[in-house]
Amino acid sequence: MNEINQEDTHRTIERVARESYGRLVAYLSVHTHDLASAEDSLSNALVSALNHWPQEGVPKNPEAWLLTAARHSLIDAIRHQKVVLESEPTIKFLTENSTETTLQTTTQFPDERLKLLFVCAHPAIDPAMHTPLMLQTVLGLDAARIAQAFLIAPKTMGQRLFRAKTKIRSGGIPFEIPQERDLPERLDTVLEAVYAAFGIGWDDMVGADHRGRDLAEEALWLARVLLQLMSGEAEVQGLLALMLHCEGRRPARRGPDGRYVPLSEQDPKHWSLPLIEEAERHLSAAFKQQRVGRFQLEAAIQSVHAERAHTGRVDWPAIVLFYEQLLRISPALGTRVGYAAAIAKANGPEGGLAILNSIDPNTVSLYQPYWAVRAHLLQRLGKTREATDAYDRAIGLSEDPAVRAFLLHKRR
Amino acid sequence: MQFALMIYHTSEEFDMRKNDYNHPHLGAWRAYHKALVAAGVYVGGSALELPETGTTVRVKEGKRRVQDGPYADTKEQLAGFIILEVPSVDGALEWAARCPGASIGAVEVRPLAPEAMRRGFTGE
Repeated sequence: MNEINQEDTHRTIERVARESYGRLVAYLSVHTHDLASAEDSLSNALVSALNHWPQEGVPKNPEAWLLTAARHSLIDAIRHQKVVLESEPTIKFLTENSTETTLQTTTQFPDERLKLLFVCAHPAIDPAMHTPLMLQTVLGLDAARIAQAFLIAPKTMGQRLFRAKTKIRSGGIPFEIPQERDLPERLDTVLEAVYAAFGIGWDDMVGADHRGRDLAEEALWLARVLLQLMSGEAEVQGLLALMLHCEGRRPARRGPDGRYVPLSEQDPKHWSLPLIEEAERHLSAAFKQQRVGRFQLEAAIQSVHAERAHTGRVDWPAIVLFYEQLLRISPALGTRVGYAAAIAKANGPEGGLAILNSIDPNTVSLYQPYWAVRAHLLQRLGKTREATDAYDRAIGLSEDPAVRAFLLHKRR
Repeated sequence: MQFALMIYHTSEEFDMRKNDYNHPHLGAWRAYHKALVAAGVYVGGSALELPETGTTVRVKEGKRRVQDGPYADTKEQLAGFIILEVPSVDGALEWAARCPGASIGAVEVRPLAPEAMRRGFTGE
């Protein structure tokens, strides 16, 4: 086989791995509850594919080929563990209907990824591990990559993932879609976890906090998977719309010299129109269902900002109204600071500052956007000394050198 | 839990010390210090003089060996340290990421030795 075909084969393996990883892990673990073994067997299958496909050609149904190889690897591993008694039913499940012929001809096996997503974000699992688990089991990201995004030592991330998977295996966490009664709350946890991978902070006003997580592509992928599996959920569409809006503005967030550009100074010409239009389609579809939720409201706020591309201005009173609805649903710190910034734009800095002053000071000592917005409002009110102090706090809490430089410049 | 943030500078960053008080880089450091103190996590620390002002001492087979310069001849050199009191390593890493030194050189985060081990060294 010549080199080009070899390259093609490798690309095919990469593509299949990416598209099928989560489906295969979900299917292989849905009965065993053993994510670590499912992942191990799948990586063995992928290694085997790298050995066989370049010589023998890519099979007609690569996903089924991988499933078969992974199943064999899984059965070997279970037999090797010599816990035959306990494993008998598992082996039975794994071997049932798993002859080569049926798999080669059948393309379909059930997509169990939704169950897997609910398992990853189960309330019994440490919330800090929800997102890392999803990224690893559904997308196949390795622990080292996840560790970078979450600012955790790679070895520690590996250990935490291992512990979480042990808990899933032995803690009786069910692989199922929650019942109607629990669904809204459980779904919210899943959406939170997807959004946490996206990790865009703020580009509203001067509160800039782009901390870590550079996993926008992965978060969008997860949200699209979720939408495919739960097409009727307004909040899933709301989340996707929110992330698409933020992603659409990414190119405008940095000047040609790497300088940080806050939203109010961004040139809409640099926004990505296709992404923003897609966001708008999802948002209006979500609103039609008349089940407003947190992510739809956040997306709506971004949608008002996006309108500046057509109108040349920002409808701050509309943003204030959306924030007020949002505060009734989730009075999170970020929402309160955003509300303060919006009120300041709509009614003047005094109103915004009053809202900031009503926030418990103990909750803000590590929250950069609070200090950035506070500094900006104090500066507008001519309280120079207090503004300088608040700018220092914001600068000291910033991670991104470009944001630091931006705030240092404003501080003068 | 106490952690040491050990700040390693490139020669470029050591040169920035020559800037005047109002240079943005020094402003960023002062702001960082202010945020550490305001958050109640700052225990102590200091910047160190330039690496070439260091002297390295060894005593081998009863003989004194004295060498000009720092212990390790590496591109990035220890420039200072900060001791933090935070609930866990996660918080220490967050502060390391915010450190102005992290975006030019590097910051190593290491837990201080536990009390029992420290007693082995100090006898106190």
